Amino acid sequence: MAAVTSPNQRLKISLKYLLLILVALVFVFPIVFMVVSSFKPDLQLLRDTSSFAAFLPVGDISLDNYFAAFRRAPVGLFVFNSIFVTTLTVLGSLFLCSMAAFAFVFLEFRGKEIVLSIIIATLIVPFETIAVPMLMVVNSLPWIGGSGITWGWLNTYHVQIVPFLADALTIFLFVQFFRDLPKELIEAARLDGASWFQIYSMVIVPIAGPVFATAAILKFLAMYNQYLWPLMVTQSEQFRPVMVGLQYFFQLNTAWGEVMAYLSMITLPVLAFYLFLQRAFITSIASTGIKG
Amino acid sequence: MAGLSLQNLQKTYGKVEVIKGVNLEIEHGEFVVFVGPSGCGKSTLLRMIAGLEDITGGELSIGGQVVNAMQPRDRGVAMVFQSYALYPHMTVYDNVGFGLRIKKTPKDERDAKIREAARILQMEHLLDRKPAQLSGGQRQRVAIGRAIVRQPEVFLFDEPLSNLDASLRMDMRMEISKLHQDLGATMIYVTHDQVEAMTLADKIVVLNAGVVQQVGSPLELYNRPANLFVAGFIGSPKMNFIAVQVDEIKPGMVTVSGPDIRAVSIPVVTDGLTVGTALTLGTRPHQMLTADQGAITATVMLVEHLGNETIVSLRLPSGKAIVAGLDGDFPVAVGDTLHLTPEANKAVLFDEDGRSLPIKS
Repeated sequence: MAAVTSPNQRLKISLKYLLLILVALVFVFPIVFMVVSSFKPDLQLLRDTSSFAAFLPVGDISLDNYFAAFRRAPVGLFVFNSIFVTTLTVLGSLFLCSMAAFAFVFLEFRGKEIVLSIIIATLIVPFETIAVPMLMVVNSLPWIGGSGITWGWLNTYHVQIVPFLADALTIFLFVQFFRDLPKELIEAARLDGASWFQIYSMVIVPIAGPVFATAAILKFLAMYNQYLWPLMVTQSEQFRPVMVGLQYFFQLNTAWGEVMAYLSMITLPVLAFYLFLQRAFITSIASTGIKG
Repeated sequence: MAGLSLQNLQKTYGKVEVIKGVNLEIEHGEFVVFVGPSGCGKSTLLRMIAGLEDITGGELSIGGQVVNAMQPRDRGVAMVFQSYALYPHMTVYDNVGFGLRIKKTPKDERDAKIREAARILQMEHLLDRKPAQLSGGQRQRVAIGRAIVRQPEVFLFDEPLSNLDASLRMDMRMEISKLHQDLGATMIYVTHDQVEAMTLADKIVVLNAGVVQQVGSPLELYNRPANLFVAGFIGSPKMNFIAVQVDEIKPGMVTVSGPDIRAVSIPVVTDGLTVGTALTLGTRPHQMLTADQGAITATVMLVEHLGNETIVSLRLPSGKAIVAGLDGDFPVAVGDTLHLTPEANKAVLFDEDGRSLPIKS
């Protein structure tokens, strides 16, 4: 950073930082409100919303809402379900979508441009429009599991995982990244005797860290925040994820303190995951120009 | 023994014909350079030999075996790319040893081969570095090392020096030449730089628009170009072309003159020539002698003193420009009038189709 020399420059920089802080606060305030409110009883929580105290841990502060939340719903199970489903989907999706993109970019086969165009085109189809047909499809599919062949996937983990293993956005992200890689790398590896899978795993994957991080975060958020699909396909509490669990807290009299406690708990995995991949994610967003 | 045979080799992209029936024989151990202007198809031809481009038509044999449908890895070739194509996440050691690792070569043997290649290329101290920590010349060395360890029958170089600065290019050129002598392998080298072609090649293949214009040793191409294209492409500065017509024909000798040149006699096979036939006289800038009664009279437009020689650009009476290479201490200034005569036994005559007339043997 260049040294600040004149008062005029200093003022400019101060104003810039002030603006940045204000913008940051707009994003931080709701999170602060959520966390702070989760420690307050409902009455105080509602009273504080009319003042700045809503963002301060003042008054009757306790962990009661957290205990109550655990009593009201199987929070641990919901969090486990979400993390389990999300993790498997993210891993599977990174593997499948990166391989698909590799094929679209580096292999020659008839009709690949048309197939890719069709896949990309599905980006504009909202999930709500295909949810019901998809439900009918998964409800008539077989599955081989511990109890042999069963028909219909409802009320399982795999109904929440398999349909989301491949998606247009993730394939598109990988395609864009792979297209920018020098083709000579692939050709050098081919001459070195590598098979296509060896080229993928030993040459491409190790240098595609940023796009893997980006795709992982975007997929993680999409999966972790899923509501409509799990609501449609899981009737039993045993398989429900955190977002569906939220409805346990909106009964006749909504317990806002417990809602905030629950939301605080389910936000933690997302923040932890984001912080883990933050550096690679920002590098990738900056280099690909893809919005997060 | 890995000679190569290209029989009527063709390559088309859609309806565009890029390589138009190339026939070429390359002996084992030869250093062959493909040279030509940008877009002439030389890199495509090299990539077809490597197996990186499909062959549309014709037959390619390496070591007597037809390899048209063979995977690159099975052809016994190694290639050095213009952009080096080093794996950025691997160290030099891993880059050089990647092919051996893929082949599952035992670790001790692999290590020995990598270190031997590093010794040959004097890069033992670089083995732990990543490509990003290397200079252009060092990266090129690693790329060559990667080719050496595979002990290929044929080395392919695709403009390997074009990203290097002039002095490094000269050093690497010498190293590649020495490598060829040491390994004795067949090498095919693509370049658009005719100095590289002249200095490295046993045999030069001049390509233009996907067609082989001439195949021969550097001096053959320099002294007896097959056509106007080769004559203009090989040699620096370029050959001068002066329009002439036949004045007189004697056995094994033709006398020509033109608007820009008085009568000169050139020894050629005169079959098919008649008095009045329009020809083009080609004479190299360094094969023009200054003489008081010179056949060409021209005005000096530009003088370039290079120390050991002086390059002079001149304007002929017709307005056409020619270039002469004179001694470094030749006294000349812009605006002077010079009288020059082409060295008759080194001049080349081209017919109306641009083909050179054969010399009298």
